[in-house]
Amino acid sequence: MKTGEINLPENVLAFLHSIGENKSLNAYNSVFREEALSKADSIAGKISSGDHGKLAGMVISVKDVISIKDKPMTSSSAILKNFSPVYSATVIERLLAEDAIIIGKTNSDEFAMGSTNETSAFGFVRNPVNREYVPGGSSGGSAASVAARLCDVSLGSDTGGSIRQPASFCGVYGFKPTYSIVSRYGLTSYASSFDTIGPIANNISDIAIVMDVISGHDPKDSTSSQLPPANFSVPEKLPEGLKIGLPLEYLGEGLDPQIKSFLDSFINRIRSRGIKVEPVSLPHTSYAVAAYYILTTAEASSNLSRYDGVRYGHRSLNNSDLNEMYTLSRTEGFGDEVKLRIMLGTYVLSAGYYDAYYKKAQKVRRLIKNDFDAVFSSVDLIIAPTTPHIGKKIGDGFTDPLQMYLGDVYTTSANLAGIPALNIPAGYSDSGLPVGLQLMANCFNDKLLLDFGREVR
Amino acid sequence: MDMSPALVPVIGLEIHVQLKTATKLFCGCSAKFGDEPNSNVCPVCLGHPGALPVLNKKAIDFAILLGIACNSTISGKSLFERKNYFYPDLPKGYQISQLEKPVCLGGYIFAGDKKIALNRIHVEEDAGKSIHLHDGTTAIDLNRSGVPLLEIVTEPVICSAAEAVEFLSSLRTIVRYLDICDGNMEEGSLRCDANVSVMPAGSGILGVKTEIKNMNSFRNTEKAINYEIERQTELILDGGKVTQETLLWDPDSGSARIMRSKEESNDYRYFPDPDLVEFSISGEWTEQLKMIMPEMPRARFDRYVKDHSLSPYDAGVITQSRELADFYEAVASITSDFKSSANWIMTDVLRLLNERKITVNQFPVPPEEIASLINMINSGEISNKIAKMVFDEIADSGEKAADLIERKNLRQISDSAGLEKMIDEVIARHPAQAEEFRAGKEKVFGFFIGQIMKESRGKANPKLVNIILSGKLGKSAVGN
Ligand SMILES: [Zn+2]
Repeated sequence: MKTGEINLPENVLAFLHSIGENKSLNAYNSVFREEALSKADSIAGKISSGDHGKLAGMVISVKDVISIKDKPMTSSSAILKNFSPVYSATVIERLLAEDAIIIGKTNSDEFAMGSTNETSAFGFVRNPVNREYVPGGSSGGSAASVAARLCDVSLGSDTGGSIRQPASFCGVYGFKPTYSIVSRYGLTSYASSFDTIGPIANNISDIAIVMDVISGHDPKDSTSSQLPPANFSVPEKLPEGLKIGLPLEYLGEGLDPQIKSFLDSFINRIRSRGIKVEPVSLPHTSYAVAAYYILTTAEASSNLSRYDGVRYGHRSLNNSDLNEMYTLSRTEGFGDEVKLRIMLGTYVLSAGYYDAYYKKAQKVRRLIKNDFDAVFSSVDLIIAPTTPHIGKKIGDGFTDPLQMYLGDVYTTSANLAGIPALNIPAGYSDSGLPVGLQLMANCFNDKLLLDFGREVR
Repeated sequence: MDMSPALVPVIGLEIHVQLKTATKLFCGCSAKFGDEPNSNVCPVCLGHPGALPVLNKKAIDFAILLGIACNSTISGKSLFERKNYFYPDLPKGYQISQLEKPVCLGGYIFAGDKKIALNRIHVEEDAGKSIHLHDGTTAIDLNRSGVPLLEIVTEPVICSAAEAVEFLSSLRTIVRYLDICDGNMEEGSLRCDANVSVMPAGSGILGVKTEIKNMNSFRNTEKAINYEIERQTELILDGGKVTQETLLWDPDSGSARIMRSKEESNDYRYFPDPDLVEFSISGEWTEQLKMIMPEMPRARFDRYVKDHSLSPYDAGVITQSRELADFYEAVASITSDFKSSANWIMTDVLRLLNERKITVNQFPVPPEEIASLINMINSGEISNKIAKMVFDEIADSGEKAADLIERKNLRQISDSAGLEKMIDEVIARHPAQAEEFRAGKEKVFGFFIGQIMKESRGKANPKLVNIILSGKLGKSAVGN
């Protein structure tokens, strides 16, 4: 951070002003004006006394699926409309301990289920690049808040592409770290074995410094890695003879030719710098979306059972007995996409279907992981498109949900395999919409991924 | 007479044992019973969004200990699964339990002399408690939500309600020996569900079973199972068919009512809990626990019968609780007189425990004092009668036995000259009775013994008195 050069309270005021000016984007579900300003004052004092945290003054927005104590957390769902957590997520505690300023909670698809931000109970979010277009999803508000400069960095969550895809649609950087290196404690669970918190920013440096702060073992998350975190913010020289793999399965039918040409020119650019790019194969790619939807909906159907109207959240008052209370509370509280996924997940876990769907999908997940292991034994990184198509107009429905789900074809594999993946902005399409490319690395090679992204930007 | 074979019951039990860990299974909240409702809760056990479970390894220790005690196979790898169903006192909408890879598989527990085979022992979290209030509303206490339980599942090999209760009693003794559970059915720290069916004797074809729940004591368990056996038997003999259903026992009416039918039963949609990771149970982990395992009741029973020559009845009573058996061993190790040590436990110690309604740990007379009484009896220093008196007195005062005996001069008179003089005087005072004896009325001998004991205030050495008196009255010493 350029500490000292900027007047922190003024900077925060400027962000608040922009947020006010850009209300029509609908990027934020809530804004913490007073608290952000008073924090700015106290951190400005710390900066002048030279005793400040790593993120002193960085203004951060947080996807509204992450708990901040005593602040509303809706998960963009009517069922949590009036809910405020009694504790803060580990990532929030770590950000605050390093003097970050949290300016507000961003809109997203309901319970992070969706890829357009249109499933939010609080309305769609506009893409700041072209306001007729969606920002992508599910971390649509986060990507929009970064692209519109309504914060420095936003924390999103990525279960099947929910950081990378909106980053791609909004023309910003979005990083999905290796599963397990960032604590999920306090992240509203969608699909526990896929969910990953990660930063969205306008540059790699901001992503790296936030990763320094939020990564590392957390005893409150049993799936959290014990490995010591890397020093992301100190770039290292790329290793000699670095090899990049280009998965052929990601270039087939359905890929927009404009994206393909951005990919080609990117490859030419890095080749001209002496970096080898070679074709690789991830043979089980075509099963990824199906496996992803079976496993994530299965986990979601169980994870979302706690929203039952008993202890917190929306409770229907029209009930005459317990079962009706459950049914109506959930019928009224959940939106269509969430209901669809709960039903799908309930179905695949049902007696008689478990082996055919859930178990088989688990096997596919293993095969996809094996594909990546094989590829990463010969190359260091993978380059691929982030999405098959460029943008989508607000309100343009898909003829069937399957078509929308196929938009996740390039992003879900990283979540199935748990590997890190990064969206980097590659340029703009003929229609002026951002195009992103995706870099992937093997598990725990997050630092190499960020160093490479920084090097080739 | 109906010649068709008799119907015999087949019973399997599912027992939930609430573990005495300090904290809950997946969070740091206190697992204590009886606190202010909803005082031991946190985001994890309340099922708040984003809260995640972290396994309390102590509960796995306890599961392994029970597994070792029951000769179960301890799984090398174990994992937790989610059992999904909606209930107001189940905060997450699922219970974290185990299905595919429980901590323990197989094993057995003795019910009397019969080995009852176990199917499994697994670890799971408890739900909260719904409290139905008088105004028709329901309140929920989530203090119990997340408290660790072990579920012990038997094979369907139990043949009667009495055998089921015997099994329960053995299991309770074992968990109490291991100090992993209070074993209190009334308070709910030990809960039993029974699967009951009947089949034609010798057919080997299991009938349709029903599950009966809510039996909150040994007595109710026996009653409920017998009730269900009778109901099914009558039903079948009347040409009816048993339907698979879950029944709720009502102790007040002494009958069961249908809780849910098979059609209404849940599809629990078990799947591995993605918030928890599969864990390994190393041989080393198990070995370390074996080292701290107390000797189990069955092994102690065998040792007492074989090495201490106790009667099976005495050994059974003494090994019923670990504290009592420890107490016995403490006495026996000092005296090396197993029989007397056991007698003292079986009579005076148990009597006082019952009278005062106290636990062994609160017993007012330490084992060393009882041992010293036994040693003094054996060496002839005091009589049995004096010893009992001393015991009662020091149980109230807390004084040491030896001090009391010294202070009150209760040592037995074993000096023959002194005794001879006393006996002469007694005979002289009762010439008529002496004459009767010599005339052949042997019963009068007892009269003289009584008089002499009275004279010595119970301190005369009875053996010596017997010999001297016999000599004086001209009779060979009376036996025993
Ligand atoms: Zn708790």
